[in-house]
Amino acid sequence: MDTAHEDLNLYEYWPYHQRPKIVWPGGARLAFWVAPNIEFYEIDPPMNPFRKPWPRPSPAVSGYSIRDYGNRVGHMRQMKLLDKYKIRGSISLSAAICDHHPEIIQMCCERDWEFFSHGVYNTRYTYGLSEEQEREMIRDACNTIEEHTGKFPAGYLAPALSHSEHTLDLFSEEGGLYTCDLFHDDQPTPVRIRNGKKFVSVPYSLEMNDTIAYVVNKIEPRQYGKIIQANFDRLYQEGEESGTVMCIPTHNYQISCPHRLRAFEEALEYITGHSGVWLATGKEIAEYFIENYYESSIVDIDSKAREVI
Amino acid sequence: MSLNKKFLEYPRRGYGMDHGRYEWSMLIDRPKVAWPSGKKLALWVNVCLQFFPVNQKGKPFLPSGGLSMPYPDLRHFTLREYGNRVGIYRFLKAFDKYSIRPSFAINSRLVQRYPYLLDVLKERGDEIICHGFHMDALHYGGQDIHEERDLIKRSLGILRELSGQDVNGWISPDRSESENTPELLVENEVKYFCDWVNDDMPYLFSTANGDIVAMPLSQELEDKFILMNNHHSEDSYVDQICDACDFLLAESEDQGGRILSLNIHPWMLGQPHRIGKLEQVLEYVTSQPAVWSAPANEILSYFKESNSQSHELGDSKESYGGYAYPIKVGKGSP
Repeated sequence: MDTAHEDLNLYEYWPYHQRPKIVWPGGARLAFWVAPNIEFYEIDPPMNPFRKPWPRPSPAVSGYSIRDYGNRVGHMRQMKLLDKYKIRGSISLSAAICDHHPEIIQMCCERDWEFFSHGVYNTRYTYGLSEEQEREMIRDACNTIEEHTGKFPAGYLAPALSHSEHTLDLFSEEGGLYTCDLFHDDQPTPVRIRNGKKFVSVPYSLEMNDTIAYVVNKIEPRQYGKIIQANFDRLYQEGEESGTVMCIPTHNYQISCPHRLRAFEEALEYITGHSGVWLATGKEIAEYFIENYYESSIVDIDSKAREVI
Repeated sequence: MSLNKKFLEYPRRGYGMDHGRYEWSMLIDRPKVAWPSGKKLALWVNVCLQFFPVNQKGKPFLPSGGLSMPYPDLRHFTLREYGNRVGIYRFLKAFDKYSIRPSFAINSRLVQRYPYLLDVLKERGDEIICHGFHMDALHYGGQDIHEERDLIKRSLGILRELSGQDVNGWISPDRSESENTPELLVENEVKYFCDWVNDDMPYLFSTANGDIVAMPLSQELEDKFILMNNHHSEDSYVDQICDACDFLLAESEDQGGRILSLNIHPWMLGQPHRIGKLEQVLEYVTSQPAVWSAPANEILSYFKESNSQSHELGDSKESYGGYAYPIKVGKGSP
């Protein structure tokens, strides 16, 4: 595309050393959050010209049905585990789940879990939408979540990670506070939005994401448990210098399969067995950062900014 | 730049599924299933016996495990043949050693080509499931219904005649279906099919010709999915199956009977360096006192019996996963 840019300039280069020290609530050095993606994939969605929803003609039996497995079978398994370790999920929600499977929404509301927007369906991409169309989709998703949960979603993860140049601007203009779409850092960072409002990125790790681990990187289940622990060890160690964020993004059709729960459970047992770990939600991390560290971060970022040659 | 307005319209956004094939039902809400003799976990081993013709067309897509080199791709053709000549006999010995009662899902063309193999299976008396005609005779979205009807009728007809069994079960080649496959299966008196992977227990699936049962045959735990698709090691295959077994046994303690389904291929696990891993898995699973090995039709029949009893006992939920709603038929039905 001719109008495409080298960089969307969403943030400044901000080196991971000598930053103002972050201390999380209770003196914690690591903020840990789990983000279950609860998604609805349509069996026969309209064809987006930029991305095929299914590799084969509808009905894509295996692709569609394994995702349905996540909602029918997997959700309860993961919820039970998170209950066991007293972790409140931050749900990356296909808003249409509110319409299709309100029982799941109800159970998560009862647990005071957070819901953030992951679009309407995971088979409706941002690609090709006009700015007004994208705004309509974002507004629809946010309003649906507010209507069914009583809370306007503070966070955003674009449906199927499909973005436009204005995705974050639009979400901020609709009332959003943080994004999970950027993978550039292990700490929250300010994000530049065209309306100038305070808006941050909360680390949501693609590397820890079960679907990326299992489907893209094809990692063995027990090895997945090991890399989660290694990821934690290093972030926990560095968090003494300045508080870090660790996220495990999950999908009920991956993590909750019978051969994979053991690794996840062992990892949660390990992480929650440490002191100095703040079990948080995405919004709690974003708000705490904005309240306590946003201004000092901006000052530090500005002091390290250099002219692009 | 913008998209057609239908991209922001959602005609099927409402309660339940976005099609009329089955009702939305969470596994945890269903009546607990009781297996015979107080067993907790049914072990269903299904062996896929497949024929990949060397003149494969690969239309409209290459089946998984299909031939990938220019004609004549003797490399892959013979590797698959290996399973039917060598690997399967290693399987049979292992099954006997661990008292496994498997089912065999067979391409109908294979029984025409290798009647000796079919005789061996008939002699054993294990359940036979139809696995379509062969691995290059695919079912797919948009397929001509007359063509598919002939294909299904022919596949079942051949297998029923030569095996002497009723053949009540179906697994599509590459587990791929058209929008009409479920109707056509019911039309041909198939009682259950195993292509959908959205559940760990059987459930009712509706078609314009009446209901069919969807049997849960895990794809994530298939040998070729773990070893060939995911490139995991043989040792990891063993770990994954044993971990799944442990998990399902634990879940069955408070949620009722479960099924551990192992879909395996003799061209994959029948290799000399892998057969020991299958044996290791079977040894571990069958050494659990609450495990019971049975073929699909028997598991299904106990499942129905258990469900009808919980219904008589006044359980408010209907059998087959709260399936108490009027049947809606999806737009894909003929």
